[in-house]
Amino acid sequence: MAHWVNVPLLVIMAMSGLQIFAAYPMLGPRGQPVGWYPFQGESPPGWARLGDWLAGARHWHFAFGGFLALNGAIYLLYLVLSGEWRRRLFLPHRDTRNAVETLAFYLRIRKHAPAQGLYNGLQRLAYTGALLLGILAVLSGLVLYKPVQLGALTAALGGYDTARALHLGVLAGFALFTLGHVTLVLLHPRSLGEMVTGGRRPDV
Amino acid sequence: MSRLLIPKRRTPRLTRRELLVGAAALSLPACDSAHPRAGFLGAMERVNARLEAALFDEDRLAPEPPAEEETPPGAFPKYFISEAVPLAPRNWRLRVGGLVTRPVLLTLEDLQRMPRNGYRLRHHCVEGWSAVATWHGVRVRDLAQAVGASPDARFVEFRSFDAGYWSSWDRPSALHAQTLLAYGMNGYPLPPEHGAPLRLYSAVKLGYKMVKYLTEVNFLPEPTGGYWEDQGYEWFAGV
Repeated sequence: MAHWVNVPLLVIMAMSGLQIFAAYPMLGPRGQPVGWYPFQGESPPGWARLGDWLAGARHWHFAFGGFLALNGAIYLLYLVLSGEWRRRLFLPHRDTRNAVETLAFYLRIRKHAPAQGLYNGLQRLAYTGALLLGILAVLSGLVLYKPVQLGALTAALGGYDTARALHLGVLAGFALFTLGHVTLVLLHPRSLGEMVTGGRRPDV
Repeated sequence: MSRLLIPKRRTPRLTRRELLVGAAALSLPACDSAHPRAGFLGAMERVNARLEAALFDEDRLAPEPPAEEETPPGAFPKYFISEAVPLAPRNWRLRVGGLVTRPVLLTLEDLQRMPRNGYRLRHHCVEGWSAVATWHGVRVRDLAQAVGASPDARFVEFRSFDAGYWSSWDRPSALHAQTLLAYGMNGYPLPPEHGAPLRLYSAVKLGYKMVKYLTEVNFLPEPTGGYWEDQGYEWFAGV
């Protein structure tokens, strides 16, 4: 359930975020644009934006951002309280080998999939990565929202403009994750049904 | 003999479908980008404003960036709503009124005789950019004390000669130690394109709250909106 709430919320946050970004589509403080960002001055395309104008987009972003963070917090709490984190999170010493083998299998380098439980190492890596992205999205977003009141967090993330670059980077990360996630689900259509219905309770 | 059947109460659990359809139906029609301060978006702004006010700490100071982070001359954006740079009328005065015991008209010289403060601060614009400059002038809190602002005045309104641009603030933000009526910028008298002779400057608000080309400061019992606020931008707009 928590998973599907993410879909509209993430879409709203991503699109309203791009509309906000369009008001100043550059990274780095005024007079000192950063050199490494290749799209300085280029606005995101209109179809990818929500909110019509800056004030509209900001209201969308701040109206729904809290719900997305709350949903993420509930999911984290569930992972911890249910003990599911052991099965779902990527533990490097346990999962690295399986992740590499699974990747080799997907890339047709390896003929057979490695033995796995409900989740393989690569899945665990991707889900853990998405979770870390989510945490970074919330922290960098809080810095952009309250750079002075949350001054310690602003300093920890390297300042306001660094947090702004991170916040955009998180969006790119989420876009990549979603692309991979949806591709793999479409390759295994049966899993989609289980994701919608909640599925059969797995026998551990 | 009949067996007594006790109907089991159906556990009131929402199905996924009910919840999704319900959430979509509730949220979407009330989100109008053209009127973001109304409907659901507006209700959430009021929720957020309460959180923002609770998060605001009047004793927390913004850190002052080192001198080398100062924005290069000319790169600090100039902004006004008039067609040309607004120029101060010859006998310019700042009118201070509202719920005060001593309403006054102040000349620039009067203001310069009051306690002077200066800060180098990072500016946060609603558009997303930041810039650094040094500002000096009189703290609004010193002005409030000088005119005897009533505790009932929980809001402070700032008005300008820039085509009627104005904004109103919550009192705690206006009386923050880093909220200035600035007559100087980067060690020089405030230039006309940055709000001469007097502008509001603060570490704790977004740029559009900092009214330039000031003509009036009013201590009021109610908020009075603002130029951008009335068009749809957030009223609290703290940083």
